[in-house]
Amino acid sequence: MKRRQFVQSIGAGSALAGLGLMSGCATTGGSSAKVVVVGGGFGGATAAKYVRLFSNNSIDVTLIEPNAAFVSCPMSNLVVGGHSTMAEITTPYSNLSQRHGVKVVRDMVDSIDPVKRTVKLASGGELPYDRLILSPGIDFMPTLPGMAKAGAADKVLHAWKAGPQTVALRQQLEALPDGGTYAISIPLAPYRCPPGPYERACMVASYFKVAKPKSKVVIFDANDDITSKKGLFTKAWNDHYAGMIEYRPKHKLVDVDAATNTLKFEFNDDFKAGVANVLPDMRAGNIAVKTGLATANARWCEVDFLTFESKAQKNIHVLGDSIQIAPAMPKSGHMANQHGKTCAAAVVSLLQGKEAPANPLYANTCYSFVTAKDVVHVASVHKYDTEKKTMVAVPGAGGLSSAASEIEGAYAKAWARNIWADSLA
Amino acid sequence: MGNSMKWLAAAALCASAIGAHAQVNQTRVWAAACASCHGTDGRAQPGMAALAGRNQAELQKILLEYKAGTRPATLMHQISKGYTDEQLGQIAGYFAAQKP
Repeated sequence: MKRRQFVQSIGAGSALAGLGLMSGCATTGGSSAKVVVVGGGFGGATAAKYVRLFSNNSIDVTLIEPNAAFVSCPMSNLVVGGHSTMAEITTPYSNLSQRHGVKVVRDMVDSIDPVKRTVKLASGGELPYDRLILSPGIDFMPTLPGMAKAGAADKVLHAWKAGPQTVALRQQLEALPDGGTYAISIPLAPYRCPPGPYERACMVASYFKVAKPKSKVVIFDANDDITSKKGLFTKAWNDHYAGMIEYRPKHKLVDVDAATNTLKFEFNDDFKAGVANVLPDMRAGNIAVKTGLATANARWCEVDFLTFESKAQKNIHVLGDSIQIAPAMPKSGHMANQHGKTCAAAVVSLLQGKEAPANPLYANTCYSFVTAKDVVHVASVHKYDTEKKTMVAVPGAGGLSSAASEIEGAYAKAWARNIWADSLA
Repeated sequence: MGNSMKWLAAAALCASAIGAHAQVNQTRVWAAACASCHGTDGRAQPGMAALAGRNQAELQKILLEYKAGTRPATLMHQISKGYTDEQLGQIAGYFAAQKP
């Protein structure tokens, strides 16, 4: 064999393995190991980058993502409130490829074959994988019949995936006459970003306070009470938006008439809003459901918290908002970023024929803006419990802000810069 | 080239492949959790404390003061309480070894 032929064989590691030359080697971290990551949000982008970092760039990583750039959900409520811009919350994918050698493919995954270990792209191509990392975020459940009508989804917005709907919701608020009402409907937990809806109410009210002082914000919550940072949000509503924000718990939305912006509840009177902002019930991203991974109530994907490997399919790892969360673990971008690293460490170890690190330990931090400048946080630390085989919150750690502050406002913006860079640059 | 040469070449490739990536170290993964706020390998974006290349003893002292509640903080007193003193020392050691 000549040198060039040998080098070519290294490139095609599977060919070497096929010749029986590398028995055991191809699965222990040879240059042929292929990881495909589906979804370039906080979870997927981080996993893609950290598989490259933790493997000293020896594992081939392809990231499949339909959007041209990453648009952050955290900080997008500032755009809704008119305090930030889309450009400020957008990060390109180019650094993942240029700095880390991740192959970024702009496409959607149409289907996954767990037996052949291939993903079929919407554009028609097919990609093989040794291990697949799925981070498809959330999709909405079809529980509101009126939202299926033509044009309804373009009029009654969720803006719960940052992007065009963030801009469209802002435009609806700008077009609302002074005295008009903005209503937001919150689904039963679990849903993406527990404090997010209450932060959004604050941001809309902060805009109304200046531009539309006769307008009102009404929060319809399917839950029995505020699900996150209750004391801090109610204090902010009293301190800054007294008489402007109204909170109504135990309002389970069952239908929407988009033509009239009317919200219909299970037990309560209908409500007609000027701007209706509906967060439907959520579940794992469609591709995860379609692949049969959403085994918890047909909504969320159960995983092994040491590796994030699906409990339904070997060699497929699921992370981020799509998973059946551990106790006290929020569905947050910060958490997805942490999942990405834990999963990356496990995937690299497993492809090297080693065991995944045995003691996952990581924190969550969620900042919420209650005014354009004042911010509150909730933090928690999560560790792996070997007996319960899940992540548990460390007792005595974590907590809330003592009060909203501008110092935490500065930290919140620094948090965003850092987590965007950690995930994508 | 003969069969023995093929085996040698493959063995060399295997060895180099394994040598190229030491086992993913638990401390490195713990430290990576800090990177969400403090930058990948502790090289922070503006507005957060950079940790890369700091003195290990100094970093460890700061973390233990946060944990004890003797150092003013908005949030680090709550995070540091989730870690043992030994874990904080190991994480401090990891960041101390990184290029600033």
